[in-house]
Amino acid sequence: MTSMNTQRFDDVTTGDTLPELSIPITVALITAGAIATRDYFPGHHDKDAARELGSPHIFMNILTTNGLVQRFVEGWAGPEARLGSLKIKLGAPNYPGDTMTFNGEVVSRDDSNRTVEVAIQGLNSMGKHVTGTVGVALP
Amino acid sequence: MAEYEWMTDVRAMVGREYGRTYAWDRVNEAMIRQWCEVMGVVNPLYTDADVARQSEFGAIVAPPAMLQAWCLAGLNDEYPPGSTEESPYEVLKQIEAQGYPSVVAVNSELTFDRYITVGERLYYTTRLESISEEKTTGLGTGFFVTLIMTYFSEQPSAAEPDPGKFGSEQPSIEDEKVGELLFRVFKFRAAQRDESQANANKAKAADHENSAEKPAIKRPQPGVSDDTRFFWEGAREGKLLIQHCTACDRLQHPPGPVCMHCHAFELDSVEVSGGGELYSFVIMHYPEVPPFEHPNPIGLIELDEGVRLIAGLVDVDQDALEIGQRLQVEFRTFDDDLTLPLFRPASA
Repeated sequence: MTSMNTQRFDDVTTGDTLPELSIPITVALITAGAIATRDYFPGHHDKDAARELGSPHIFMNILTTNGLVQRFVEGWAGPEARLGSLKIKLGAPNYPGDTMTFNGEVVSRDDSNRTVEVAIQGLNSMGKHVTGTVGVALP
Repeated sequence: MAEYEWMTDVRAMVGREYGRTYAWDRVNEAMIRQWCEVMGVVNPLYTDADVARQSEFGAIVAPPAMLQAWCLAGLNDEYPPGSTEESPYEVLKQIEAQGYPSVVAVNSELTFDRYITVGERLYYTTRLESISEEKTTGLGTGFFVTLIMTYFSEQPSAAEPDPGKFGSEQPSIEDEKVGELLFRVFKFRAAQRDESQANANKAKAADHENSAEKPAIKRPQPGVSDDTRFFWEGAREGKLLIQHCTACDRLQHPPGPVCMHCHAFELDSVEVSGGGELYSFVIMHYPEVPPFEHPNPIGLIELDEGVRLIAGLVDVDQDALEIGQRLQVEFRTFDDDLTLPLFRPASA
């Protein structure tokens, strides 16, 4: 199994940064992500339909973005971390051929429930695809 | 700002609750594993039964970000039996009917009360939380509409659970809330400015490359009458023709059915030199009218033969135009079928 370290609450301080994660945006990822999240909206798998909506190509659905945000934060926090919230604001669409790069930073800690808040952003060639915060309880 | 009258009915919907929307499938390992495969999520809590058994959950759980996916309608846009027939999105249709056709998702805020274990059946109820005042953003003008979906895990009833029964209509008070989704969209009318800009860009692209993508915006055609036809036909042949009265031997422009000097009807035309002076001019900045140059310089030119005419100015330094400067006609053909007399600075 992949070695997965879990962040310990006592070791995490405000200002800690997460290791960057770059994700190539492909037709396969967008369509597979849409289907894995049961989202059959044509703009996520049909290029002609996407064009009729005014988009140059199919674009990633929100539920896939949510999944990738979870991957990014959990990849850092580890398998013993528990997500309490995942709040995102959407911006520039993810089109095939682009790359989205996540970065993140711990912005607050709550001793009472051993929870940290991580601010994340996912950037592509057009700007911010996603910004948001993820609340994570740590052991 | 005063609200539209029609908003009264729309606002009355705020706070409305919509019934249950059920998941087609119980939370299951297969869908979880495939979701993890696609997302690249490698946490064994979701896929490795042994690891999951040792966790506080005692079994495989669903990735929290997957919450919303369980309850989507699917390919046929149909919800499972027992789901509400009402659409929580009806408010968007009402706003759309008032001329706000576009929609974009703005916020998705998931909160998780607990993780969900394999075997649980989910449903959600929806509340129309709020509708903003009319706002204008970079995208256009419209309304932010916020819905809140509350997710529950249906608990087996105390009585013998009926596996054939799907989505009981009776409210089961013991159903446990497992999470919530705040979903905000912007229902809007696209900014007009964006469209005209896009059109202008398309027209430019078409001019340069004869792009086949979209028909380019063409120059407006002149209204041609029996009195003015000679002028446009002359232009097509590269001649600047001015109407001439054979009775009093004077010129006039624009052409008409009768001589403005002597009221005679005996009119023909003569070719003039095309040289003249800038009598007056304007540079039109607003509105921008594709496909014309922007800003658009327009001159009133006094021809050497004594008549004045209005024409577009080309190859001019817009900041250095001067009354009285020498100009020379130049014929340019647009869209393959329209030749116009324009004026450029006379070469020294």
